Amino acid sequence: MSFLDYAPAPESTALLNLRPEYGLFIDGEFTDGHGESFATISPATEKPIARVASADASDIDRAVAAARKAYEKRWSTLSGRDRGKYLFRIARLVQERARELAVAESLDNGKPIKESRDVDVPLVAAWFFYYAGWADKLDHAGLGANPRALGVAGQVIPWNFPLLMLAWKIAPALAAGNTVVLKPAETTPLTALLFAEIVQQAGLPAGVVNIVTGAGETGRALVNHTDVNKVAFTGSTAVGREIARAVAGTGKRLTLELGGKAANIVFDDAPIDQAIEGIVNGIFFNQGHVCCAGSRLLVQESIHDEVVDRLKARLSTLRVGDPLDKNTDVGAINSAEQLERIRTLSEIGEAEGAERWSPACEFPENGFWFAPTIFTNVATSHRIAREEIFGPVLSVLTFRTPAEAIAKANNTPYGLSAGIWSEKGSRILAVADKLRAGVVWANTFNRFDPASPFGGYKESGFGREGGRHGLAAYLEGGVR
Amino acid sequence: MSTHLSVPKTYKLFVGGAFPRSESGRVYEVTTPKGGFLANAAQASRKDARDAVVAARAAVSGWAGATAYNRGQVLYRVAEVLEGRRAQFEEEIAAQQGVSGAVARAQVDEAIDLWVWYAGWADKFAQVAGNANPVAGPYFNISVPEPTGVVAVVAPQQSALLGLVATVAPALVAGNTVVVVASEAHPLSAITLGEVLATSDLPKGVVNVLTGSPAEIAPWLASHDDVNALDLTGAGELEWIDLEIAAAQTLKRVLRPLAGADAVAPSLSRITALTETKTVWHPKSLL
Repeated sequence: MSFLDYAPAPESTALLNLRPEYGLFIDGEFTDGHGESFATISPATEKPIARVASADASDIDRAVAAARKAYEKRWSTLSGRDRGKYLFRIARLVQERARELAVAESLDNGKPIKESRDVDVPLVAAWFFYYAGWADKLDHAGLGANPRALGVAGQVIPWNFPLLMLAWKIAPALAAGNTVVLKPAETTPLTALLFAEIVQQAGLPAGVVNIVTGAGETGRALVNHTDVNKVAFTGSTAVGREIARAVAGTGKRLTLELGGKAANIVFDDAPIDQAIEGIVNGIFFNQGHVCCAGSRLLVQESIHDEVVDRLKARLSTLRVGDPLDKNTDVGAINSAEQLERIRTLSEIGEAEGAERWSPACEFPENGFWFAPTIFTNVATSHRIAREEIFGPVLSVLTFRTPAEAIAKANNTPYGLSAGIWSEKGSRILAVADKLRAGVVWANTFNRFDPASPFGGYKESGFGREGGRHGLAAYLEGGVR
Repeated sequence: MSTHLSVPKTYKLFVGGAFPRSESGRVYEVTTPKGGFLANAAQASRKDARDAVVAARAAVSGWAGATAYNRGQVLYRVAEVLEGRRAQFEEEIAAQQGVSGAVARAQVDEAIDLWVWYAGWADKFAQVAGNANPVAGPYFNISVPEPTGVVAVVAPQQSALLGLVATVAPALVAGNTVVVVASEAHPLSAITLGEVLATSDLPKGVVNVLTGSPAEIAPWLASHDDVNALDLTGAGELEWIDLEIAAAQTLKRVLRPLAGADAVAPSLSRITALTETKTVWHPKSLL
């Protein structure tokens, strides 16, 4: 160890007080599931953390019935002010238990503690705080006077931001007066179950929030349940399509937040230091397990070599390893399955002729790891330029004119996000206008805020989460 | 005094600003409710639907890129030209639907007023549907609605003109372009409206009108990769669930069937349902 190396600085797991087994959270209580329970493991060590129940169709029936009863008997009769107070309570409880939630999230998901501690969990609290204030102000949401709630919402969330996606789903749904049944991802159920405890501590009426764990079959049973009025899903475009088909003709309202292949466009007049940081943050934040990740770097030809050299230098300083270490920049890949997908697509990238580069990394003995990777010499036809890799892999393409940059950026069935780097304001605004993407970050990337609507164009889905727009997904008179 | 022998109109499709016959060469008889012959309307085919989508796609950048003020003026111009040709619309509606002159007149009145109402929204709806966002950091952050792109519409089938206008006009406000399948039984007003649109400074391809069987044409539009949204307002009598399922393949935005007065009521949500919200961030101070 040289004086430039960091000593290990692991966050303590002592404040975690996990149970060996978790049931389903239905009607305010933890109960057994009728499916086969499964272990949730730490992707950094492959060691089991806890066993988790699996909900079958009968459990989904119970959960939806509890949510329906809570909606009709209790939640829909409460004033908006009181609904809001419950949400404020939740926001405060999340803040109080923030460190515990961050540690649990990093343990279960593999993301660096500095991200779960400084990004995920603070945003979770902010999301509940923001929507709490809307609960008694729905008349002002732009959907007419007294907009009505939809009823029971079935919500299915992914593993990349487990607790944050829960907050994105539950906070607006409850503020608007709905009750929910939420299914966390199979590989990351832990923080949703801790959240169930928070729901108990907040004294939320039983059945308003129900958490059902399980795999795809559990999610399918929830989405297809006839007594669900609204389906909200975040995940892959393939599953999104399946859900859109399943919901067709049922009258259920649907919002989908799906995949992406965002272009991060760097013009030759960009502030280079900030751009390098932004590119790194854009694709290596959360191991690239981000639907809005800036996975396609479009760099103006004249500065290509400089940008790539500086990126390589910067990547060489990233610390890959123990998610619980406070100095870690890139944590573990969430699952063996995801690691396999990243490996496969990266190998295809090489086979198709792109040039692969990664810094030297030392990985822990166990766990799922993938070094931050840059592909240069990438053509728009390459699979690594078209398909969502959902890992720490950046494809670098070039352009000569703004028109070419825009055409390449839009040349994808996705349309979730995009980045623009330039010091010229008029150019930023003109390019932002022409990008077919729901979120455009100019001279920044991967910023999120409960006040700011987020969601896709085209095959990245429809509906918005966050802001006033996010309420429309859970109210009559709202769009879709 | 000589008597004038009338010159009946050939009703064709309205695609890309032109009035082609169906490439299939097919026509179908349009009659009064009592069965009297009115005209042979073009019976559009799958190929016609695809041509219409191509025309609509080509028109998106120009129409979406026009200023909101300009779009508003064009839509208002449609109302002006429609007003000037109201006699023809009244006559056609009365003949097709078998209603009195007064009823036909009321339908034209309502259609004209809808164009005026929607024209006025063009440079306003973004102020209502978009907003600045007070994020917790030094960022400029704004959300604005943008057009979804190409919208395929199955027009309400009961009325000859009103349902068509009630679905097409709101789609145009934000800058979308439209392929609309007209009322099968009453298609003549749709083609005459095409003549109005063609002379109202609406760029070619912004609205494309197909006549024929919605049951035959709609599935091709629902599954078309280059259609962004599917308005099924008038599809209640069709196998519309299959259409919604087909639309899922490309994750189209779908407006489900709607009947009665709701289907033709002026509605801001008809405009916003066919938009996408774009949120733009920029640092205020960190650079």
